[in-house]
Amino acid sequence: MAAGSTYTPIATYTVPSNTVSFSFTSIPATYTDLVLVIQVAETANGYFYIRYNNDATTIYSRTNISGNGTSAASGRSTSQPGISGSGNPAFPSATINTFNIMNYANTTTYKTALQRQNNAGGGLEADVWLWRSTAAISSIYVVSGLGGADIETGTNATLYGIAAA
Amino acid sequence: MPILGIMASQISGHLNTNSYESIQTVTLTGTQASIEFTSIAATYSHLQIRLMARSNRSAVVNDSLHLQFNSDTASTYDDHYIIGDGSSASAAAETSVANISLYRITGAGAGANTFGVSVIDILDYKNTNKYTTVRALTGDDNNGDGRISLGSGLWRNTAAITSIKLFPNNGSSSFVQYSTAALYGIKG
Repeated sequence: MAAGSTYTPIATYTVPSNTVSFSFTSIPATYTDLVLVIQVAETANGYFYIRYNNDATTIYSRTNISGNGTSAASGRSTSQPGISGSGNPAFPSATINTFNIMNYANTTTYKTALQRQNNAGGGLEADVWLWRSTAAISSIYVVSGLGGADIETGTNATLYGIAAA
Repeated sequence: MPILGIMASQISGHLNTNSYESIQTVTLTGTQASIEFTSIAATYSHLQIRLMARSNRSAVVNDSLHLQFNSDTASTYDDHYIIGDGSSASAAAETSVANISLYRITGAGAGANTFGVSVIDILDYKNTNKYTTVRALTGDDNNGDGRISLGSGLWRNTAAITSIKLFPNNGSSSFVQYSTAALYGIKG
């Protein structure tokens, strides 16, 4: 039986001035999945990390497939300090990243997320990420990978919650 | 109106999130051969399944995921996929098979507590004038092993879809406890 609307915007944030990080905190455990849509540009043409619960320990890993206009490839990263995404290039271009963070509130399983990166000037990519923690995700931090205040003004992100019947 | 989920990058300022409704969710409390959604109403434009699953197939890290409609076991399905295994990208297809294959979920050889996930869109599922097409983004990672895949499938039948069956390994293994599948309807 349908239970009414279940795809809910939780919060939207637009970076007001160049910054090293921003976050969504106090995420309620009332949804089944989270969807994060983030448009990132970085002045240093760098990369960013998504970190659950501000956890920077090296317990993230991924497998990806990508295309650059010429060929397709696949790669793997193990024991990473976060979920990475490209912030290259800088505005007015930007990289669009969409994350499906599945069953984020359960405390039994590790958390797996699907990522799509779209960079019209550079290629596209799909990733699957594992966070080897059974903790419920209550916050999401977006952090510059280079460590400086290079997440550019105008970078924006919206977090959605999907509830289940 | 964009299709939500794996197409969320299309979201504009005109997103109407009231059009996305939860239909049914199944979370397993034990091992089960399949998960089936039945009596699906024809009140939506599209369906989406959001899955977190692991199988009990021994000695494999990655297992396959399969999809069948309306209990149809005839060889009326086709599928294509591209897959990355961490080393290389490849593509393959099946024609005239008894279900749609989607890759991957985790098997019993994967690390503890590790599940594969999928977002599966079933487009225009109640249209009786054309065959039904499916697309999916699926993957699992195990910190040193994993698969990521984009897949599509075709059911060469014009019937409206009223039931969907999900199962691992062509029916030769089962989903394990904590596997979860949620079915959503998207209004047009």
